[in-house]
Amino acid sequence: MTASIGQSIRRTESIAKVTGRARYAAEQPPTVGQLYAWYVPAKIPVGTVEHVELDADPAVHAVLWHGNTEKLGDLEDAELHVLQSNTVAYRGQTVAVVMAESLDAARAAAARVQVRYGDVRAPDNTLTADHAALYAPESVNAGFPTDVTVGDPDSALETAEHVVDNWYSTAPMHNSAMEPHATTAQWSEGVLTVWDSTQAPSGVQGDLATAFGLEPENVRVIAENVGGGFGAKGSTRPNAVLAALAARATGKTVKLVLPRQALFDLVGYRTPTLNHVRLGADSTGTLQAITHDSFQQTSTIFEFCEQTAESSRHIYASANRRTTHRLAPLDVGTPRWMRAPGEAPGMFAVETAIDELAAITGIDPIELRIRNEPDLDPASGNEFSSRSVVQCLREGAEKFGWERRQADPGQRLEGRKLIGMGVATASYPVLISPSTASARVQQDGTITVSVAATDIGTGARTVLRQIAADALGVDADTVTVELGDSALPTAPGAGGSSGTSSWGWAVTKVCRALKSQGPYAPGNSADADTTDDVEGQKELARMAFGAQFAEVAVDIDTGEIRVRKMLGVFGIGAVMNPSLARSQLIGGMTFGLGMALMENGVVDHEFGGFANHDFAEYHIPACADVTELEAVWVEEVDTELAPMGGKGIGEIGTVGSPAAIGNAVYNATGVRVRDLPITLDKVLPHL
Amino acid sequence: MKTFEYESATAVDDALARLAEDEHAMVLGGGTNLVDLMKLGVAHPGTLIDVTRLPLHDIETVDDGSLRIGAAVTNSDLAVHPVVRQRYPVLARAVLSGASGQLRNMATTGGNLFQRTRCVYFMDASKPCNKREPGSGCPARTGEHRNLAILGASESCVATHPSDMAVALSALDARVVVQSVDGERVLAIDDFYRLPGDAPERDNTVGRDEIVTAIEIPKPAADAHSTYRKVRDRQSYAFAVASVGAVLDVEDGIVRGVSIALGGVAHKPWRARTAEHALLGTAAEEASFRRAIGLELETAEPLRDNAFKIPLVTNLVARTLVELTETGARTERGDRS
Repeated sequence: MTASIGQSIRRTESIAKVTGRARYAAEQPPTVGQLYAWYVPAKIPVGTVEHVELDADPAVHAVLWHGNTEKLGDLEDAELHVLQSNTVAYRGQTVAVVMAESLDAARAAAARVQVRYGDVRAPDNTLTADHAALYAPESVNAGFPTDVTVGDPDSALETAEHVVDNWYSTAPMHNSAMEPHATTAQWSEGVLTVWDSTQAPSGVQGDLATAFGLEPENVRVIAENVGGGFGAKGSTRPNAVLAALAARATGKTVKLVLPRQALFDLVGYRTPTLNHVRLGADSTGTLQAITHDSFQQTSTIFEFCEQTAESSRHIYASANRRTTHRLAPLDVGTPRWMRAPGEAPGMFAVETAIDELAAITGIDPIELRIRNEPDLDPASGNEFSSRSVVQCLREGAEKFGWERRQADPGQRLEGRKLIGMGVATASYPVLISPSTASARVQQDGTITVSVAATDIGTGARTVLRQIAADALGVDADTVTVELGDSALPTAPGAGGSSGTSSWGWAVTKVCRALKSQGPYAPGNSADADTTDDVEGQKELARMAFGAQFAEVAVDIDTGEIRVRKMLGVFGIGAVMNPSLARSQLIGGMTFGLGMALMENGVVDHEFGGFANHDFAEYHIPACADVTELEAVWVEEVDTELAPMGGKGIGEIGTVGSPAAIGNAVYNATGVRVRDLPITLDKVLPHL
Repeated sequence: MKTFEYESATAVDDALARLAEDEHAMVLGGGTNLVDLMKLGVAHPGTLIDVTRLPLHDIETVDDGSLRIGAAVTNSDLAVHPVVRQRYPVLARAVLSGASGQLRNMATTGGNLFQRTRCVYFMDASKPCNKREPGSGCPARTGEHRNLAILGASESCVATHPSDMAVALSALDARVVVQSVDGERVLAIDDFYRLPGDAPERDNTVGRDEIVTAIEIPKPAADAHSTYRKVRDRQSYAFAVASVGAVLDVEDGIVRGVSIALGGVAHKPWRARTAEHALLGTAAEEASFRRAIGLELETAEPLRDNAFKIPLVTNLVARTLVELTETGARTERGDRS
C-alpha cells in the first residue's frame, strides 16, 4: 500500500461544497421559529450611548443595548464585552442588536433604532511615529519580546561603509473572507449550542463559558465548514457573544450574520505599520548592523501589538541588531491577526531595505542575501532544524530566469511598458501547540478519528485523513475524520500555520496507539494528548523559509502596475498534499499581491472608522490580476518537526511577496515606493 | 432596507402613468446599482417599476444612418452587437471595460446612464453628503477624494460619474430619447448630464416621471477611428481612476475631426471641447495632443489627493490620440490592424 501523505487526494468535502450541501454557520440548524438578529453600529467616532429605543414593531422580539443586557463574565478581550457599557470606543462598534422574525424585518428595524449619543469627540485615529500615546507593551503578539538589542548597532551604523536608512509603511488591511462572520445560537436546558464561523471551536467554547458563567461542557461550538478566516476568525469574535446573548434574551434560536460593511470595523484587521529600518554594511555587503523600529496601533479598549519586527531577528546574520515595537492606542477597532501578522509588513520593510542595499553596493540582490545568511538563528543562537533559504533563492533564480533581469533599473521597455524583476526572502516560524485526539474502530471496520480542529477552506479534513491513514497503515478511504465541533477532543485553533502540525501530531499519536492494540477490532479506541511531546521538543530554531520572485509591467503613461508572473520557492519540509499545498501557497502569494498593489483601508479622520468598506472601494485582486503564479518547494527533510515532517504553509506565501513586487517595480522604473500599497499615483509623478 | 412594492411594466405608457401617479416610484432596470443603494439606505423607493420587459430591446440602424439602441438592451448585448463593434469600437470597449460579465448581463443601456457616484460619503448613509441629503455638507473635499473630480466640481460636491459607457456615448455625440406622459424629447447626452453646482442631488436633467427609451448615436465620419481607454487600480472590476473615449479623423497628417470625452474626472462625462477646438486643423502629433489637453486642464481644480489626475489625463489623452493616429495611418496603408 502506498503512503497517503504526499498524494494529491481530492478534498473530502469538495462535492458537498460545489453542490451546496456543505452547511455553514448561518445555515444551521434547520429549525422553525428562529429569529434573525441585525446589529446597530455606532455612528459616532467616539463617545457614549445615552439611550436606545425603537418604535413598536410586531415583528421585533427584542432590542438589546447596554441598558438592558445581562452582565457577562470577565473576558480578557474587551471587544467581546458587547453591550456591557455605555462607552463607544470607535465608529462601528456594536451599540444594539435587534431580533425579529425575518432577516428583512430585523435589518429594517435596526435602521430605525434611535440612539442618543453623548460626549461625542473627534477621533484620534492617525498613527504617527511621534504620537503622544505611543508606549512599549510588555510583549507583542504570540508572546515575542518587545525590544531586543544585540551589540551596538548605532556605533556600527556610524562606521559602516554603506548605510540604508529609510521609513517603510503598510496600510490597514482587511481579512475579507468570503463567508462573513456568522453565528447561530440556541439555549436548551442550560446548554448553549452555537454554530459559529470560527477558526477555533475550543477557544470559542472556553470564552462563551466564561462569558455566561457556564461549565465548558455546557457550551458546544460547531464549525462544520468555514468559508475562510485569514486570522479574523482566529479568536472568539463579537458575533458569537451577541448571538448567544440574543438567544438567551428571546428564548429562541437566533441567527446573526454580520454584513460585509461590519467586517471592516468589528472583527479585526491588520494594523497600519510604520517601520524605520537601517542597514549598515561593509564593502562586501556583509551586514554590520540592522535596526528595525516599528510602530503600530491598537484600540483604547484592548491591547494587540503586531510583532512587526520579529522576523528581523531571524533572517540575516549581523553582530549588531536592534528591533523594537511601539504601540499607540487610538480611537479605532482593535486590530488583530491577518495572515502572517508581523512577518507580512515587517518583511516588506526589511526585504525592501535589502534591495536598496543591493542597489547602492552594486551587488546582485540574491548574492547579497546569500552573503548574509546566518549559520545559527541570530535571535536564539540555536541551530535551525532546517533552513533552505539559499537553495530556494538559487533554484528560484534558475526557474524564474533571473539572469534576464537588468541590474540597472528602468532599462527594459516593451512597447509602453517598463518591465522589471524583483526578489525577496520569506520566513515564517514553525508553531506547534498541544492537541488531543481520539480514534475508534467502527462496526463496519472503518476508523473514525476525532479532533476539534477546523477546516477553514485549507483542506485540513483531507490532510488529517491522509496523516491518520499512514499512521494506521490503512488506505485513506478507510478513515473518517470528525472535526469542527468543540465536543470532540480539545484542539488549538487554525492559526499561526500550526493546524496541520498540531492536530496531525495528535492524530498520528492516537492512530499509532490504536494500531499498537493489534488488529483493528470494532470497538477498539484510543485517546492521545501531545502536551508532553510538544513541550519536550529539542531546543532548536524551527522556521519555514522561501524565496519570492516577481515580474511586473508598469505602464509608462499611466503608472498602472500589473504583476506579470510570480514564483514562490519554499522550504517547508514534507508536503502532505501537493494540490492543497499549492493552493495554500499561491493563495498566500495572491494575498501578498493585494497587499503590495491595492489593499488599503482608508481611515476616516473626520468621522472615525474606515471610509471604504465594501469590495468596490477596498480592492482585493481580481482573477485578471492573478496571471502566471507558480509555487514550488525544494527537497527538505527535517526530522525535528512533528512526526509528519512538515512545516506550516498557510502564511509563508504572503511573506516576502509584497517586497518582491515592490522591488520589481523599482527594477522596472527606478521609482522606490516605500509606502504600501504601490498605486499608480505614487509611481506616475516619477516616471 | 425599506419595504417596497414591485411592478413589472409591459408597455411604456403604463410605466409612465404609474410613475406620474406615484411620487415614490422609481424605474428599475437591471438593478445592479439601485438595489445596492436600497440595501445601503441611500435610495428609498416606495415602488419599483421594472422596465426591463418593455419592448425596448432592439438595436437598429435608422434612415439617417444613426444607430438606435433600445433602453432595455443589456450591456452584454450592446457590446457584442456587430454594428457597435464595427462602427463604434469606443462604445464596445467602454462597455466591456465596466463591471463584470455577470453584471453586464443584467445591466441595461438606459440604467447604465443613471449609475450614481461611488463617492464613499454618498454610499454611507451615516455620513453627510449633499448629493444624498441636500444641505448636509460635503466631507469629501477635506476627506477621502482620491478618486473624485478635478473638473467642473462645486463647493457642494466633488463627485464623479462612474459610467464607462456614458463616456463613450459622450464622445460619440449620442442623444438620449426621453418619454413622459407629455410626450417625447431628445437630449444631447451633454445636456442629459449636469454639473453639480448648488444642486448636486440632481445627476441629470431628466425628471423623476420620465423614462429613457432609447439612445441614438449619429453615423460616424467615414475615416474616423475611435477607442476607449480606462485607467484603473486593478486589471478588472474597478471603476475608472480616469478614462478617455476618443474619436479622431486625420487627413494628410492634419486633424479634421476629433472628440474627446473624459471619465473619472467630473460629475458628468467631460467633453474636452477646449482641447478639441485647439486640435482642429493642427498636425496630428503627440506634441499638439499634449498642448491641447493641457489647455483643457487649465481649469482643473484638483484636491489634496487627486492632483495626479492632471498628468495622468494628459498622458492618457495624448497617447490615446497617438494610437488612433497610428491606427488611421495603418488603415490608410491597407494593413488592417
